[in-house]
Amino acid sequence: MEVNALRLDPADNVVTCVAPVAKGSPIVYPDGEELRVLEAWEDIPIWHKAALEDLPEGGEVRKYGERIGRTKEPIPRGGWVSDKNIYSVPRDYDQEMI
Amino acid sequence: MQFWGYKRKEGRAGIRNHVLILPACACGSESARVVASQVRGAVNIVLNTGCSDVAANTAMTQKVLTGFACNPNVYGVVILGLGCETVPHRELREKIQGMTSKPVVSFGIQDEGGTLRTIEKAVRAARDLAAEAAMQQKERCDISELLLGIECGGSDATSGIACNPAVGELSDRLIDLGASTMISESIEWIGGEHVLARRAATPEIHNQIIQVCQNYEEHLRAAGQDCRAGQPTPGNKAGGLSTLDEKSLGCIRKGGTRPIVEVLEQAERPSKTGAIVMDTAGYDISSVTSMVAGGCNAIVFTTGRGTPTGNAIVPVLKVTANAQTYRKMEDNMDVDLSPIITGEKTYQQMGGEMVQTILDVCNGRMTKAEAYGFSDIAVDHICRFV
Repeated sequence: MEVNALRLDPADNVVTCVAPVAKGSPIVYPDGEELRVLEAWEDIPIWHKAALEDLPEGGEVRKYGERIGRTKEPIPRGGWVSDKNIYSVPRDYDQEMI
Repeated sequence: MQFWGYKRKEGRAGIRNHVLILPACACGSESARVVASQVRGAVNIVLNTGCSDVAANTAMTQKVLTGFACNPNVYGVVILGLGCETVPHRELREKIQGMTSKPVVSFGIQDEGGTLRTIEKAVRAARDLAAEAAMQQKERCDISELLLGIECGGSDATSGIACNPAVGELSDRLIDLGASTMISESIEWIGGEHVLARRAATPEIHNQIIQVCQNYEEHLRAAGQDCRAGQPTPGNKAGGLSTLDEKSLGCIRKGGTRPIVEVLEQAERPSKTGAIVMDTAGYDISSVTSMVAGGCNAIVFTTGRGTPTGNAIVPVLKVTANAQTYRKMEDNMDVDLSPIITGEKTYQQMGGEMVQTILDVCNGRMTKAEAYGFSDIAVDHICRFV
């Protein structure tokens, strides 16, 4: 099975598709030596993200092992994660100072 | 590691030996273009300001103009003013002469009696400087003379996954060899600033990085702009980047992993050696402008969607990991990093290979944007014209 997605950190709950993935077809990404597979819940364009698990509304979306945003609505496993359904959370700079 | 460069009396060595035709204000830009087109070895920039500005904008423009003149890739400077610009061409010339011993001359279009008379004098001056510059021999320069500016623009998801990590690897290797590198675009630290700040060499630098981001957000808020509304750009979103945080976390990877030794204001010259960061706009052309003014002698530019941009003073090396972009825009792209995406090579391997590519550019190999003679600049602005 051909790899068509990449997970950038083991803590991530999304993968980045490196080829267009049609609804119902497999999303395949490496996890160490193994390949993991899930089904695309909808069409996902090349370079866009797919959810690895059901994401609840307001849930954290993680890539690079970091939070890249929160969901505006529930996103199912294999669903397309994009600027339409996630948002950036304002930073708390004062708390970051050391 | 060494390269063939042009030693300067002050500061780092140049990797090019240009005569810079520098307008002191927008009114001098067209004459500067004509002068540069008449003299082989001369380059010009197009300035859209220098007049009717608030003090903070004038200060920024002056930092860029003096920084360009002092850039190590510049042999000598011919300044073209009008005569009534905010900072008169003579004053600009004296300021530059206080910062560098390289030859600088200036002319004012009103004093000289119009465009043609000014161009005549300026062409003669530029011709003489170009003739001198051509006599300067290249010498062996240690890699520590390299200050590589690292930029990204037209990013898509391939930038953060492959291209920026490879350039980050390049940056780490260059720093280990004794060179310095600089990343900028501080709005594109936001959401990843805590990760970037972990690289700070001291707690002060850590807090400076956080403060730069806080100040940027507040500055835009004062202008009625939410930084998260303009970023990511529509092109970034189409390329799979959904939030500013996601863009930033990919963006900062191009700076590598070495300790950050200095946080600079825009267009400021570094005092340290190693990994440096500069507080600039996310707008790529403006960011490159500020880094060139800060003394970078080469720029590596990562892109996902592709861009043609180039700088007159400093070669801009374009690298992409998006195979389609490389194919479609091969006339603008210098390096294809897509084997990282397909898994044929690692980003560490390709980052290592780029050390030689950068060395080649230092030794004189022209980048594509350089061969086309591109000269983009954008001076960042604080406020409306007056």
